Amino acid sequence: MKQEYTISLFTEDHIGILSRITLILTRRQINIESITASESAVQGVQMLTMVVTTTPDMVNKVATQIEKLVDVIKVFVHTSPEIICQEIALYKVTSRGLMSGSMIGDLVQKHHARILEVTPEYIVVEKSGNRAEITDLLAVLEPCGVLQFVRSGRIAVTRQVKELNAYLKEMEEAERGGPEKLEVYN
Amino acid sequence: MNFIMSNDKTKTTNMKNSDSERSQISGAEALLKCLIEEGVDTIFGYPGGAIMPVYDKLLDYSDRLRHILTRHEQGAAHAAQAYAMVTGRPGVCFATSGPGATNLVTGIANAFLDSVPVVFITAQVTSGLIGTDAFQETDILGISMPVTKWNAQVKKAADIPDTIARAFYIARSGRPGPVLVDISKDAQFENLSYSYRKCTYIRSYNPVIPLHIRDIESAAVMINHADKPLILAGHGVILSGAADELKALAEKGGIPVAATLLGLPAFPQRHRLFVGMLGMHGNYAPNVLTNQADLIIAIGMRFDDRVTGNLKKYAPEARIIHIEIDKAEINKNVRVDLEINNDAREVLTTLLPLLREKSREKWIREFRILDRVEYEKVIRPETEPGQDEIRMGEVVKTVSDITEGDAVIVTDVGQHQMAVARYYRFSEKSTLVTSGGMGTMGFGLPASLGAASGNPGKPVIAFIGDGGFQMTLQELGTIMQYQIPVKIILLNNSFLGMVRQWQEMFFNGRYASTEMVNPDFVALAGAYGIQARSVTRREELSQAVGTMLAAEGPFLVEVAIGREANILPMVEPGASVSEVTLTYR
Ligand SMILES: Cc1ncc(C[n+]2csc(CCOP(=O)(O)OP(=O)(O)O)c2C)c(N)n1
Ligand SMILES: [Mg+2]
Repeated sequence: MKQEYTISLFTEDHIGILSRITLILTRRQINIESITASESAVQGVQMLTMVVTTTPDMVNKVATQIEKLVDVIKVFVHTSPEIICQEIALYKVTSRGLMSGSMIGDLVQKHHARILEVTPEYIVVEKSGNRAEITDLLAVLEPCGVLQFVRSGRIAVTRQVKELNAYLKEMEEAERGGPEKLEVYN
Repeated sequence: MNFIMSNDKTKTTNMKNSDSERSQISGAEALLKCLIEEGVDTIFGYPGGAIMPVYDKLLDYSDRLRHILTRHEQGAAHAAQAYAMVTGRPGVCFATSGPGATNLVTGIANAFLDSVPVVFITAQVTSGLIGTDAFQETDILGISMPVTKWNAQVKKAADIPDTIARAFYIARSGRPGPVLVDISKDAQFENLSYSYRKCTYIRSYNPVIPLHIRDIESAAVMINHADKPLILAGHGVILSGAADELKALAEKGGIPVAATLLGLPAFPQRHRLFVGMLGMHGNYAPNVLTNQADLIIAIGMRFDDRVTGNLKKYAPEARIIHIEIDKAEINKNVRVDLEINNDAREVLTTLLPLLREKSREKWIREFRILDRVEYEKVIRPETEPGQDEIRMGEVVKTVSDITEGDAVIVTDVGQHQMAVARYYRFSEKSTLVTSGGMGTMGFGLPASLGAASGNPGKPVIAFIGDGGFQMTLQELGTIMQYQIPVKIILLNNSFLGMVRQWQEMFFNGRYASTEMVNPDFVALAGAYGIQARSVTRREELSQAVGTMLAAEGPFLVEVAIGREANILPMVEPGASVSEVTLTYR
């Protein structure tokens, strides 16, 4: 059965590593539904978070193939219940539409959104949440006239926080024997 | 051959060389010094604009670095791979930017699929021009990404030593494979303050896996309790230098051993426990009995579809133990019951004392019964055809009998390749250089010159088809120039035989573009100053082979083979390994 997986991985920040990773997924016809790249808590280590929909068997195959890449440090695969994840979205809505009725109040109270900028023509609203929440708010705002809408890729932490930290520790310990210095920030 | 062992040597020399002299030299010269530090003495390659600074410096190092100028970059790549397979040390291959680099791609992919360490050095246009579609600029990094274990671009001379050190470490450690370093022309000219340190550690890459004794104990229990165990030996046995351990294991447990194409020299074929080659054109007994085995012990192999046939009907009775250094190969094609993700030699060494001594004669007899059937129906008619036209099998057998396994056997791809795999009797003394995973026609001739350049101390004999020969025959020029003593046996059936066989069997005998009008191969060899003769009658065969082997330099024997012979047995596409076709027509 296909299901949604979040693949989080740590890599050296070497040029080309993202291409190598996506090549593995495209060979297997797996679409990357969202992708976020950023510096991790460890200096010089990049973190990538990707969302894919595929079978359990296939996700394990591609994860081990990704982990085999020389510049990939570690890969984690999680199903949705195992992680806490957020996306962030910006909605640019016509001021006229949004000002009518009690919408503005609802935005803050019911949807936990924030107002970032107000002009006579448009208002920019920001919301973070899971995919469904962000899509829900879009539906709510649609009648007011949405001029622009963008959402980020997913970022995620696991529920068993230990897992990641433990691994970084291990890396650090392995490092003592090795030449490069590794700084762990948190 | 043992890449792991050469890796150990690495560590010791490292101590000695870690404080190499610091001096200002050019990037091009630094590259050559790095290669020497890595123990390289032979380079295969082809020059061009972007790599000229390196070639210029090569002249100054010709006492320590021998450069073999092939006639095509693909040839250089195959030669470097064969050199690695014969010497156990990474091959090295140079090419210029643009077309030079793209001509390597087939050779890189071939080394990648067969896990052979080759360090490819390509030149790149000056760094300021990269990305502008400059003359002879091509994105070789992007192009080679799916077929290299690792690749990198260098645009500053100062980065050359560390990048080369990494390249060698990655190529030969873990599951070996090709790597590519692309060096811009300005980095070759630029000066750096040179020092070299071998690479022994990369944070994100750990090829040495801790041994899980528990798993090995479980394996021992499974083996000790099995009635019908079967060992499948692959290239990994040879790569990890585990042939002796494999033999000890098989003998102690009385376990029959079957091999993949690349695993053939991993186990002596005259040994009573050897039961043959697996897969599409493999032997009858190991294919059929794969599906009766109650335990399969797969060592350093990856369950390629040419080995397994129809996966749905593969080894239904067996539990499977997979000993494999590359974790991504485990559970990829076949679900296994016990995975041991480690180096074959380490695992077998630990496993051996836990094994109970057994003989399993009854099980082994089952193989011999089927062997008899295959002998009568296929092997005898192929190797002793009597009055008929000459068959590939009898040619291979003739060479096998004369050399007694003490040779480096090279093949191209096609029917003749399968004939060699089936009828050459490999032993501990043999090396097999063939294109397995890619099945690259044109591999044989350049690979043979690469193998012979490795000075194996035994004859290098290449079996090549008339089709594949004409894909890279320009390498006769290289053989001539360096007087490389390769012995070429051209099995000429005037057909792209393997494709013709498929057309006959699966496309109603419609021979679409498989028949060839061939040149006079003996005259062609003669044009290159290479001794040659043609054999059209069975009686001339062994004498011609004798003459060829006795000759000092290169020698070509063309043998006229029956035009429409088939390679059998065959596990037809979609069939199970137990549904082998023994006879056809
Ligand atoms: C580069 C390449 N192109 C095409 C093929 C497909 N192919 C496989 S075997 C074969 C025929 C080989 O003919 P020949 O070299 O004469 O050998 P034979 O089978 O006759 O022994 C072909 C075309 C291939 N393996 N490699
Ligand atoms: Mg042919």
